[in-house]
Amino acid sequence: MNSSILEGRTQTVRVIIFVLVSIMLMIADDRLKYLKIVRTHLLTLVYPIQYVVNLPMEWGQWVSKSAQQRLHLLEDYEELRQENLYLQVTLQKFEDLKSENDRLRRLLGTSVKMGERVKIAEILAVDLEPAKHKILINKGKHDGVFIQQPVIDANGIMGQVIQVGLFSSIVMLITDPEHELPVQVVRTGLRTVAKGMGMVNRLSLLYLSNTGVNTGIKIGDLIVSSGDGQKFPKGYPVGTIIEVTPDIGQPYAQVHALPRAALERNREVLLLWKQRITKN
Amino acid sequence: MGLKQHKGGWIITCSFIFGFMLAIMPLPVWAHAWRPDWVMMILIYWCLALPERIGVSTGWIIGIVHDVLIDALLGQHAIIFCVIAYVSVKLHRQVRLFSVWQQAVAVFGVVTLSQLLWMWIRSIFGHPQIFGFFIFPAFTSMLLWPWLFIILRDLRRSFHVS
Repeated sequence: MNSSILEGRTQTVRVIIFVLVSIMLMIADDRLKYLKIVRTHLLTLVYPIQYVVNLPMEWGQWVSKSAQQRLHLLEDYEELRQENLYLQVTLQKFEDLKSENDRLRRLLGTSVKMGERVKIAEILAVDLEPAKHKILINKGKHDGVFIQQPVIDANGIMGQVIQVGLFSSIVMLITDPEHELPVQVVRTGLRTVAKGMGMVNRLSLLYLSNTGVNTGIKIGDLIVSSGDGQKFPKGYPVGTIIEVTPDIGQPYAQVHALPRAALERNREVLLLWKQRITKN
Repeated sequence: MGLKQHKGGWIITCSFIFGFMLAIMPLPVWAHAWRPDWVMMILIYWCLALPERIGVSTGWIIGIVHDVLIDALLGQHAIIFCVIAYVSVKLHRQVRLFSVWQQAVAVFGVVTLSQLLWMWIRSIFGHPQIFGFFIFPAFTSMLLWPWLFIILRDLRRSFHVS
């Protein structure tokens, strides 16, 4: 009897210690950056579980791919061939523009230009914390992924890496309420910040004054990353303006945008690395 | 106590790993709010069945793993899991006498409480919580508890986990 009372007491002491440690951990995880390294190792440890959960999805896709009919494949092939042709034509023009841009830059005397290198990563079919807009991808520190690395898809910016494991990392999408992205309206050069709203496919543009709305922005405008803040490269498409509501009761107007990237439907994403190209 | 031989640790580990897999298994968007709290149910079961073996420390470690797995704030699940483990171990004599459905009602209460605590923690750290669906996981957990209980009990008996 005596020993069981003692046992109960040590349990109580233990639970108090663990609760205090948890509170300190939460504060440290929220405010400090030291825990990122710990999380890298922990994320690597749990990767097998996430990998196994993703497997049925992968097999399903493989089965549906191999069961597809020849006719469908031929159709797909034809479609892709045409698309490729079209893209190559566009690229010809792009090369021309690039060389012209380089020439102009030389005239201006700026020699450093940023280039980008990309790598394809796959999204794992795993549900992360509810009410958060985050995805897990199958590339990690091992592949050179780093925290705050930009992630894009074929249509535009998707988000940035917030946790890195050895073989996987977690990406916060631009629609997450905690994500803010410096952007610019292509038509007028107006600069603003695109903030996630926690809703699927909706961005809110901050700090646009009611008067500025008349001149600088209208429905249908394309917004691109402005390169401010040095995290995201300049000029990648972010979204299209779908709603402009001047709000006289507030200092700023309500402006909403639709993200360009297929945030909730992708299987593959692209990781971006900046490359410093120096030209003399 | 340490001299006593424990058996079947791998069954406990496997059950937790299976719980983790269920916890991150992709579900359609409408079902997100209804996802039962698998890991907590498994933890409660082992705390009731083997209170001298599974307790506060195991709960805390399981919580940390859960946090990393779903990328929650580190410690968010750990704090709740160790408290739940503590309560389960403390009350295991009483709860063992309950019928399975009475236990299910207790699980309902515990999961509701934990969801409320999570909402509280999240709002302290400035993550706005829009939905008020915290009762849904408790509801599904309650409905699934009897089946989980039977499966884990049979596993424990047939593999002589002690």
